[in-house]
Amino acid sequence: MRELASEPVSAAVSSATTEVVDPVPGAEAPHLPRQDLVQLLTPEGERVEHPEYAVDLDGEELRGLYRDLALVRRWDVEATALQRQGELGIWASLLGQEAAQVGAGRALQPGDMAFPTYREHGVAWTRGVDPLHVISLFRGVDNGGWDPVATGFNLYTVVIGAQCLHATGYAMGLQRDGGESAALAFLGDGATSQGEVNEALIWAASFSAPVVFFCQNNQYAISVPLERQSRVPLYQRAAGFGFPGIRVDGNDVLAVLAVTRAALAAAREGQGPTFIEAFTYRMGAHTTSDDPTRYRLASELEEWKLRDPIARLKAHLSRTGIADQAFFAAVEAEADELAGRIRSGTTEMPDPPGTAMFDAVHAEQTPHLAAQQAEFEVYQASFEGGSE
Amino acid sequence: MTAQTLTIGKALNLGLRKAMEDDAKVVLMGEDIGRLGGVFRITDGLQKDFGEDRVVDTPLAEAGILGTAVGLAMRGYRPVCEIQFDGFVFPAYNQIVTQVAKIHARSRGKLAMPIVVRIPFGGGIGAVEHHSESPEAYFAHTPGLKVVAISNPVDAYWGIQQAIASPDPIVFLEPKRRYWDKAEVDLDAPPDPLWASRVIRGGDDVTVLAYGPMVKTALQAADAAAEEDRSVEVVDLRTLSPLDLDPVVESVRRTGRCVVVHEAPVTLGLGAEIAARVTESCFHSLEAPVLRVGGYDTPYPPSKLEEEYLPDLDRVLDAVDRAMEF
Repeated sequence: MRELASEPVSAAVSSATTEVVDPVPGAEAPHLPRQDLVQLLTPEGERVEHPEYAVDLDGEELRGLYRDLALVRRWDVEATALQRQGELGIWASLLGQEAAQVGAGRALQPGDMAFPTYREHGVAWTRGVDPLHVISLFRGVDNGGWDPVATGFNLYTVVIGAQCLHATGYAMGLQRDGGESAALAFLGDGATSQGEVNEALIWAASFSAPVVFFCQNNQYAISVPLERQSRVPLYQRAAGFGFPGIRVDGNDVLAVLAVTRAALAAAREGQGPTFIEAFTYRMGAHTTSDDPTRYRLASELEEWKLRDPIARLKAHLSRTGIADQAFFAAVEAEADELAGRIRSGTTEMPDPPGTAMFDAVHAEQTPHLAAQQAEFEVYQASFEGGSE
Repeated sequence: MTAQTLTIGKALNLGLRKAMEDDAKVVLMGEDIGRLGGVFRITDGLQKDFGEDRVVDTPLAEAGILGTAVGLAMRGYRPVCEIQFDGFVFPAYNQIVTQVAKIHARSRGKLAMPIVVRIPFGGGIGAVEHHSESPEAYFAHTPGLKVVAISNPVDAYWGIQQAIASPDPIVFLEPKRRYWDKAEVDLDAPPDPLWASRVIRGGDDVTVLAYGPMVKTALQAADAAAEEDRSVEVVDLRTLSPLDLDPVVESVRRTGRCVVVHEAPVTLGLGAEIAARVTESCFHSLEAPVLRVGGYDTPYPPSKLEEEYLPDLDRVLDAVDRAMEF
């Protein structure tokens, strides 16, 4: 996998894997030649083979992936609705990127550490993070309520690309500890322009750190298309840093799982980093504050709907008889139940006490901050029973 | 008592060595710190004795040094990052301010950031631009960081060990033009923790506050003032965030006059904060406004002008005179 992945995919491979992939926006541009995707499941739900990447999942595992995708999407839809109803300050939707996230997340082992951006709700799900602990960030209650150490899922990072260096440093720590785990850094297409991301790629290469960079190329950095970020396909950047880059169909959960598993295995075995470009599309807005109709055509969205990551797995499971209507109905019922729990959990979520802002600023609170907190408490108490 | 006469530079070197011996999780990171031993030789010999995994010659990218230090800290390591010169900390500023400073708070204490950022700071060495900066106020202004500025070999030896042992991120400022200043260091008896400021010379007329390279200047000014029968008390602040102003307040209530000295530009520098706090605490004792002696609000000038730019003995004395005459 390593040798092949570091070179352009051969013509034989491309004929087997690209004929079912529609042209994608930007891919026709002369400076962005159409490139092959690793694909194991076509948009129509047909299983195809790839010479280098394979997954061998039984029916239960395949149904498990479908359940992940469906529940994560339902969570996302509910959160968007909650934001519209004033219950969340903002929401960053993952609509359309479920397969990229679930595939990458399910490739992780318990000892691995994921370093998300702020949209990796699907990865959070695979790490067992309570959706309400993600919701609490977007409601403004805290900066994420989960335990990053216990879950192997770092807190969200909002400054674009900063987490790529953290993942690389963490991987350097894993290296020193002599364990068999790896770090998985998430980033978007826009982040590849950040200096810190490029520094992370250099560091990872120079120290052969056990880290995998998982780039969800969803085609837009808010409104700015990929062409403004790169003159070459993103996965080809890896060659310049001296390690393999591979492009995978980000809407194909099986291919993402296979490619990410292989890259993490290589990292654990001491073969160093891999850059994965998961080619996908953000079907919703950047966040609930965004209006994508100002910068992209409705027809583009319609094209991508035909490559929906959930519909294709559903088609595959139905066609092969791996899942029946009773299964899909059960998942839908579970999704409704999850949505209900998210809704009630959100609306009933208490505001933190005012003093919470003083908590844990330092491991050892300074006398100065303790004095400020005392002053704050006295001031707040002065309103109790007042004329308010 | 094991006492040695050490320069600040050598005291830092020995302090780093001791910290690495005491805790296998201490990892030094920086540009040219390994084979070369650092451009100021502060890490001289450490890579040879502790290996390349513990004294890491990094790629030339300061954000990378701090960003990977975050990951190492998450993994239980205690990274000590050397920034080669003060002016080169700014490429790492994003990581320090948006990540290092906030991760403990945003994780509600689940992730500690025991990172030390060592920065040789200040001017007076005839350097080209970006090699003489005093960036302490940027970091002292940032919640979550602690900022230390040492002035002598004793604090160098013990302070670097205290900083490394601290569970919080610390910007550790080293007075580069004083690296070669010597003093006797007791290697057995630690002094007060760095977090306390210290009266280092008693006096009755004016309280002069300084830190880092300006401590020596303040002491020289106090000597010169004594020849004119002016009694100047000098306080070494040692830690700039959090400030320990209790000894300062006690002193100013006695003297009624306060002068703050630093190399950094005066506008919104440490002196401004100190003036505000001293005024709040000592308002009825003050005989004169708190005066500041610092760099001018210009970019650090070419080295042929730095003598005029930097506070020196005469400018400190001038401020003492103005405070007395107010």
